[in-house]
This record gives sequence, C-alpha cells and structure tokens, in this order.
Amino acid sequence: MTGDPRDELVVHLPALRAFAISLTRNGSVADDMVQDTVVKAWTNIEKFEPGTNMRAWLFTILRNTFYSSRRKAKREVADVDGIFTENMAEKPAHDGHLQMTDFRTAFAKLPDEQRETLILVGASGFSYEEAADMCGVAVGTIKSRANRGRKRLAELMHLDADGPVELTDKVTIAVVANNGNSAF
Amino acid sequence: MSNDTPSERARQQIDANLKRVFREQEQAELPDRLKDLLAQLKASEPSEQDGKS
Repeated sequence: MTGDPRDELVVHLPALRAFAISLTRNGSVADDMVQDTVVKAWTNIEKFEPGTNMRAWLFTILRNTFYSSRRKAKREVADVDGIFTENMAEKPAHDGHLQMTDFRTAFAKLPDEQRETLILVGASGFSYEEAADMCGVAVGTIKSRANRGRKRLAELMHLDADGPVELTDKVTIAVVANNGNSAF
Repeated sequence: MSNDTPSERARQQIDANLKRVFREQEQAELPDRLKDLLAQLKASEPSEQDGKS
C-alpha cells in the first residue's frame, strides 16, 4: 500500500532530533524524547491529517512530551554551557568558530519557551501563526517570546543596535551562502 | 514598541546563526537506536495494532 504517511517519518528525524536537543540541551534526553515522539506518531498516525505539515505535527508531539516530562519531574540541571556545544559536529577552525561557540552558549541560556520559539520561527521557518498553533498560545505570545529571545541573544552577543557587531560580515555572508544548500 | 525589539541587523544575524546551529545539528549523524527505530516499529506490527509486543 502506497502513501502510508508513516513512510515520511524518517525524513523528519534529523530535524526532530535537532529540535529535541535545542529544547533539552542534553543529547541522551533528546534521543529519548525523539524515540517517544516517533512511537507516539507511529501509533497515532491516523490522527495525522494527510496534506498538512508533518514536521509541525511531529514537533508538536515532541514539545508536548518535553513539557509534560518537565512538569512531572524537576529534571536534573542541564549542562547549559556544554552539551549543546558538545553535540555539534566538529568544524574546521576559521574566524567564525569562536563566535559560533559563543552563540550556542548564549542560546542555551535562554528560557525553554524562548529557545523553542526561536527554533521554530528563527531557524525552522515556521510562521508565527504556525508556531502559535504548535505551542497552543496566541500569536502575540510567540512574537513576544521571539522578540525577548532575540533581544537577550543580542545582549549576550553584544550585538548592539548601533555599535560594531561581534559577528563579522564574513560569517554572515558564509551563513547566507550556506542557506542556499539547505533543503530545510 | 522598539524597546523590546533588537535592531533589524542584529535580528538578521541572530536568525542566520540560529539557522546555522540548527542545520549543523540536523546534519549530525543519528544514533543507531533512532536509525533502527522505524524498522523495529514496522517489524513489530504484523497488522493494524497499536500495542507493542
């Protein structure tokens, strides 16, 4: 039988895991959550509406899993400074390296809701409306979380409105150039 | 409402970095247990069942 939406799950695993790691800041907790999410999606596949965004559906399941486990147990303290960085692929050292490490460290310090929002609307290309749907909050809440998160990152990275920026133009150009290669 | 909003330039840089960090994470290799998970789910489901064996 063709057209089983479960066949599409595999496509979203890398993004799902990236989202999980950004939420949990812990690789093995993230993998547990991805596993739970995939099992839930698999067994509840009839609740997925064909033609809608499967990635949004999966991200929603994952974040619900995350927040319910966060409510259940006060989790052990996340390794704010280390784990998000540690999970990154090794990259060639170049002039953007230090800044990127700083960025990851700064990002890991944001509150869960701000990290989540920025991943959804800043990194993953979901609209504010989609993110609001996924998080079960008003669009204005998403906008405000995104603004506060970006503002905090700007402060942590010393990206002041008028001052010289920390991230070199070279880095920005490289990032923009790389964007063209991503199917995401 | 500008006080809560970082400058446009900062915002663009932040989002570019968010995309880059996220993409790098996506490109990391999946652990085996996640790679194998879908095959296991498929195998454990001879027919329409929601239980695990």
